[in-house]
Amino acid sequence: MKLMELNSRELLARHGIPVPAGKAVTGPEGLQSISGPVVIKALVPVGGRGKAGGVKFASSLEEARARVKDIIGMDIKGYKVRSVLVAEKIDIARELYLGITVDREAGMALLMASASGGMDIETVPEERLFRAHINPLIGLQSYQLRDMLTMLALDKPVGQQVSDVTKRLYAAFVAEDAELLEINPLAVTPAGKVIAGDAKAVIDDDSLFRHPALREPEPDITPLEQEAREKGISFVQLDGNIGVIANGAGLTMATLDALGLMGGQGGTFLDLGGTDDPEKVKEAFRILKKAKPKVILMNIFGGITRCDTVALGVHDVVKAEGAGAPVVARIKGWYEEKAREILKDAGLITATTMEEAAKKAAELSREA
Amino acid sequence: MAIILGRDTRVLVQGITGHQGTQHTRAMKEFGTAVVAGVTPGKGGATVEGVPVFNSIAEAMQKLPAGERPNAWICFVPAPFAKDSAYEAMENGIRKLVIITEHIPVEDAMQLMAYADYKRAVVVGPNTPGIISPGEKAKVGIMPAAVFRPGRIGVISRSGTLTYEVVNSMSEMGFGQSTCIGLGGDPVVGTSFVEAMDMFAADPGTDAIVMVGEIGGSAEEMAAEHIVSAGIRKPVFAYIAGRTAPAGKRMGHAGAIVLRGRGTAESKVKALTNAGAKVARVPSEIPKLLKEAGL
Repeated sequence: MKLMELNSRELLARHGIPVPAGKAVTGPEGLQSISGPVVIKALVPVGGRGKAGGVKFASSLEEARARVKDIIGMDIKGYKVRSVLVAEKIDIARELYLGITVDREAGMALLMASASGGMDIETVPEERLFRAHINPLIGLQSYQLRDMLTMLALDKPVGQQVSDVTKRLYAAFVAEDAELLEINPLAVTPAGKVIAGDAKAVIDDDSLFRHPALREPEPDITPLEQEAREKGISFVQLDGNIGVIANGAGLTMATLDALGLMGGQGGTFLDLGGTDDPEKVKEAFRILKKAKPKVILMNIFGGITRCDTVALGVHDVVKAEGAGAPVVARIKGWYEEKAREILKDAGLITATTMEEAAKKAAELSREA
Repeated sequence: MAIILGRDTRVLVQGITGHQGTQHTRAMKEFGTAVVAGVTPGKGGATVEGVPVFNSIAEAMQKLPAGERPNAWICFVPAPFAKDSAYEAMENGIRKLVIITEHIPVEDAMQLMAYADYKRAVVVGPNTPGIISPGEKAKVGIMPAAVFRPGRIGVISRSGTLTYEVVNSMSEMGFGQSTCIGLGGDPVVGTSFVEAMDMFAADPGTDAIVMVGEIGGSAEEMAAEHIVSAGIRKPVFAYIAGRTAPAGKRMGHAGAIVLRGRGTAESKVKALTNAGAKVARVPSEIPKLLKEAGL
């Protein structure tokens, strides 16, 4: 789960990392005073706010209130701005980069730092990037911090502050179950004070049971994806017009790929998972229908899952409510003959192989 | 022959009294696997499918006679408690761990893998269907036994149902399996493609290796590099799911996501092809490629 900017800042502050003073307001009347020049930022869950006019500067209270009024209500990439962050504008002498992410292949947290802050870390050349894995059994070690400071070539007072921020960032990474914590830029002011210019935090969805306060709606999923999530259904909306429903994430992807090979394009990724509960199958099928596909392609391999009970769920929902589109079904495995009978009774087109089913669905989608 | 499991494998089921634990204890026993103990705190003294239940792993180790103590462990406990029970298994001397549990936090997975390294334990998963060696009648997992046949092809996979699909098409064409290992669909897992490949390379019962990969991460690319650098002589065949998956979307598995241009199917297919592996475009092509190679 990607946190909104305000929450990322609060997360850093909670772990003792200096951030510019600021507050969120929903209108000019929320702003009573400012203590110097400020930056006003639209609080929306998308990047590119600056270009869209969602970031402004002001040096007096009057001016700040006017800018707040300008930004509130703006539409930025489909998101209506409801609140803005008014934060102390910091003078920046130098911009550094500091980030920690999960290196999945190493199975460890990866600390990254660079003297070239302010830019996308992906564009920083390898030789200007400090990287160190942190073994979770021993944590971040002093020698790693020394290596990092040597590479960044910082003077001692600044180096000490950067060290301190790095230690706190790793503590936050572990405590908050982060997948990514990034401070970019990590700013050094002309007076030599180190402060987080901007922050990005992604929290592991699977850890939310430990962080009940974080249960906010994910900003970048569609309403239908949200509905599916609430019902515990693994569902992704895609660009094509063929609704794909299968069991198992890998098999669902493979079905979409087979469709692609046959010249069709998937409009949904719907993974039934290990369920053969007809009620759950019905619910999943209803979600699929809401995505309004032109054709539905169903691919079930019954290993542990019984094919006939899955078929029964689909049969009942199609008979009672209609499928809304032609359905091509390939069902194989445990109790497959019985399942095929049930599906034929519901008026579905059956196929024996994944390729055959994908081909039929692709053809139908072109005719439709 | 097979990897990881053999006829001497004796399994402890953690969470045996739960629905999944009970159902799969029965299925593992039906396959011929020795399930010697179950653990559910507070349920000690009960029996599930003829298997004695203990309150803790230590109690199981203490009460079972020396030759009947478990040397493999399978975990069905819910995600918040999985790490703790894996530590319990390792602290009690078990060195083969299969974690079926899905949705374990990544931080927990990282800590537990680091500890497993220190203990020199083999961890399979989390979020895996487990391991099965049909010829050894050994299954520590949840896969449907009916699709597997004893044979000489080693299968390494990141998913569940897709693996059954691939294996079923292999079995139908007469290509049985020495061992099939599910690595798990999470970002951080124990055993990697590289490690499993080394085990199959060293196994006299395995003639060829089938990899079932998917988008996300770079484990398949690392395996491709390893084929060349380690000089893997057994032929490698692969299928990669997610060629049409859009970037930035998590496709069901926590680990199946293309992030910032990394982890694409394209890159994996290219790396494997360059390393000399034969890559199938659809799952059913795998047995055809095996046949073409004269296996």
